[in-house]
Order: sequence, then C-alpha cells, then structure tokens
Amino acid sequence: MSDIRPRVRVPRTASAGESVLLKTLISHPMETGQRRDGSGNVIPRWIINRFTCEFNGRNVIDMALDPAISTNPYIEFEAVVDETGEFTFTWHDDNGDVYTDTQSIEVA
Amino acid sequence: MKFSRREALVLALGSAAAAAIPLPALAAVEQAIADFTGGAAVAEGGITLTTPEIAENGNTVPISVEAPGAVAIMVVAAGNPTPGVCRATFGDQAGAQMFGARIRLAGTQDVVAIAQMADGSFVRASNEVKVTIGGCGG
Amino acid sequence: MKQRRLGPLAAATAALALGALSSASLADPHPDAELVIDGELHLVTRAPAPEHVAHVFDTVKSGWLYRTDETRALQMDDFDNPGMLYVDRGQDLWDTAEGTADASCASCHGDVETMRGVRATMPRVNDNGELWALENYINDCRTERMGAEPWGWTSDGMKSMTALISLQSRGLPMSVQIDGPAAEYWEQGKEMYYTRYGQLELSCANCHEDNNGRMIRADHLSQGMVNGFPTYRLKNAGIVPMHQRFRGCIRDTRGETFAEGSPEFIALELYVASRGNGLSIEGVSVRQ
Repeated sequence: MSDIRPRVRVPRTASAGESVLLKTLISHPMETGQRRDGSGNVIPRWIINRFTCEFNGRNVIDMALDPAISTNPYIEFEAVVDETGEFTFTWHDDNGDVYTDTQSIEVA
Repeated sequence: MKFSRREALVLALGSAAAAAIPLPALAAVEQAIADFTGGAAVAEGGITLTTPEIAENGNTVPISVEAPGAVAIMVVAAGNPTPGVCRATFGDQAGAQMFGARIRLAGTQDVVAIAQMADGSFVRASNEVKVTIGGCGG
Repeated sequence: MKQRRLGPLAAATAALALGALSSASLADPHPDAELVIDGELHLVTRAPAPEHVAHVFDTVKSGWLYRTDETRALQMDDFDNPGMLYVDRGQDLWDTAEGTADASCASCHGDVETMRGVRATMPRVNDNGELWALENYINDCRTERMGAEPWGWTSDGMKSMTALISLQSRGLPMSVQIDGPAAEYWEQGKEMYYTRYGQLELSCANCHEDNNGRMIRADHLSQGMVNGFPTYRLKNAGIVPMHQRFRGCIRDTRGETFAEGSPEFIALELYVASRGNGLSIEGVSVRQ
C-alpha cells in the first residue's frame, strides 16, 4: 500500500479514573534498509521511528521504533482518563513526515 | 514490505550464522542492553513478556509486555540482524506500564524485555519464540 | 499436462515427504474454535459438505480453523485485522470519480452496501456466457462505464476494491452456481483440481484432500477453501488474491503456472469455491 493512513480505536466513554485500552495501526511499509532491489542497490530505510500518544496535552506513551516493527505498525497500550478530553496520536517517519490522528473520549 | 523466499533464506542464513558465531550478535545485544541500563545490574521478575511459543510467520509476531511501576521498557530480538525492536517511556497518563506490538523475527530466537523501574532498578524477562518456515510460498 | 497415477511405494514416499507423522488428517484442528467477529458476527467455518464433495468430506472447513491461536485472533477483531487498511482504501476508491465519464462506483451503485451478496456468487457466468470473476466485473465497470484504465489483477487498487466488496458479503454462505451455463467451466475447474502439475507431480487434491490436517514442513495443510479470500497474509504483509495463491501453489509443484486472471484460473476458482458452498464469506480473512 502506498498511501499512509492511521487508524485508532478509542472507547467513546469511560468513567473517571478508568484505564482504557487504545489500539493503533498505521499503513506503512517499514522498509528495513537491509534489502536490495533487483539491481543490487540498497533500498533506503523508511520506517516509522517514533510514536507518541497524549491525552489533553499530557504524555501517555512515547515509543522509539526500530526496523524490527512489522509492516503496518500496530501498537496497543493503556491510558487513564480523569476528564473528558482528546487523545492525540502522532507517528514520525524517516522522511520527516508526521502523521496524526485525534479521538475524543467522554468521561461520564 | 514483503520478503521473497530468497530474501527469507538470506535472513534465515544470517540468523543461523549468528547462532554459529554468537559473539558479534551477542555483543550487539549486550551493547543495546547496556545503552538502556547504563551497565546497572538487571534482576528477574516483576515483568511479564507474552509471546507465542510458535510463530507461523516471522514477519508479524504479536508480543506484549507489562511491568507495573516501570518508567520505561525496551524490547530486543537477540537473533535479528540488528537487535533493537522498540523502547517505550510511560507518561503520567499511562493507564498501565504495558504495550503490545507486532514485530519481525528473522528466525527462532530469544525475545528480551527489560524494564526500568521508578527507583532506577532494572528487571528483565526473556522468551524463546520458534519461528517456523512454512512449506508453501505463494 | 499429463495425468499419472503413482505406484503404492511412490505414494507412500510422497505421503512421508508431506510429513504424515500423525493421524491428524481430517480431524478438526481446533474443535472448540468459533469465529466470531467483534463478539457479534458469527461466521460458519464448518459446514456439511456439498453433494459434489460428499464423497471426500463429511464437513467442509474454513482455512481459519487450521491457523494458530494468534493468527486466528487477528481475524476476530476488525481493528486487529490489518486487511481493513485495504477496505478503507477501497472505500475511498469507491467514491473517487475517474475516467472519461468522470464517474465513481458510487455514481451508479450508490452505497457499497448494495454489493452485499455479490462476492458469495463469484465467479459467475456473464450475459455473454463467459465465466467472470469479481475482478472482471470490476474492470468491466471501469473500462465500459467509467472510461477508466483497467486495474491489474493484483494491483493495490484491485485488491482494495475486492476487499471492500467482499466485506459486504461477510457472513453470507458461499453459493456459487455450478449447473446450467456454469457447468462446462465447473467441469474444467474440476479437471484441473485433480491434475498433477509440475516436476513434483502434485494436484490440488494431493495436499488439500489426501493430506489436509497434516503438516507439509511447518505448514498446516487446510482443505484449500477459498471463502476467506481476499486474505491478508502475514507473510506478504498485504492482501493476497485467490489467483496469486493458486499461482504460488502451482509454482511450489515446480510447474509452469497459469496467469492471474486467466480463463483456467477463473474456472479453477469456480470449482474450488463450489467445494466450500455453505461456508461463510469471511470478507477479509487473516492467514499466516
């Protein structure tokens, strides 16, 4: 797949102080930089090298990723929500491109 | 990204070579761990690494790791051409000190997770994952 | 391609080469496994064998049953299923106007939900009496109605569109027509299924009838059902269409393969699909 597209799954609602499971997936080739093309030239490394998640501007998780992460990187983790707010998910790749997605959650 | 049979063979041979001559690969693993721990002692326990016993395909192996009270967790794949897999640091909004991911394993090998705890100590867990080489391409 | 029966010794050797170390053949690999998507949608992965394969199987089984716990789990949650990345892309393409007519799929067909049922009856004989696969119908729309370039059989566009359209039929029983105008194609496909190809002289039946449930090296041989296609293969980290899988199988026999989209593969697709009549369309499945 050539286009890069993030997907995230966040519960719509939670109770205050609840820990919720967040799932993220982004379409990306995660080219390792160790392969060669048909002419013997090294295919340049092109991976998502950093992923972060924040809730209302406060850090949930910050990850450094290596080429051993699979194509179409999938990451899941947990966040604690104490108020209604918004998650921001950010993926950084080797080309300097940044992909973001946001999702809100309501605390009842 | 996909690996052809030829490339998979090269990867497999690479890991076989690493098993036969463990020193350089081992050095890379030790170096990656030392970079994370600063050379501190690493204890067992207090960290749970979940991996399949057998992975049907090394391209996509689901793993998860949890270490209650950790500030950071690193995962390395000891038998890959380069051992690094990922490092996570947890913020105040983390609901648990855990994550799950899908990773590449170049062959049967140990996956190692090391957590840095809030008091600065380190703990580790390690699992062997058998990566099968299927009969059928396609 | 010449058909030849193996002598008993050669057949026994072949069976050994296939790793027939257990009596697992024909047994249900995971008898308790039930395929439920997102805890809601129950899919039929075991069905009474259709009449035309009743001499071989009592029950036909989805390839999903032959995979490991981890691989099976990936298909039970639409977020965990990476094939849905292609479905998303397919939805974008569905709504994108292209070609001299500046038309999209949606211009004529409206919501993609109108495609429900289509995948379950493919391949199907068209108005001119030719057997067409889903890909043929999609390209016919592109060239004849949209005035757009046809997609390659295994192109990203085609894989994304077949993923999207197949998903609309998820849960419906596979129900391809095998009589009437389809009969001659079905006979052709059946002939191919039992023909030994390649230097290894293997037919589809040698693996998927005679040895299903056994291991071929580290691969767990299924009945070779196609109700899960298009499938997201972990090996390819992408969608694999049925004909690409057929080509891989024949190549593994060390044979000269047919091309994706060839009349031969479309006929084989019909026959193989008919063996799984009654199994749920899995839309975008996940395999190893």
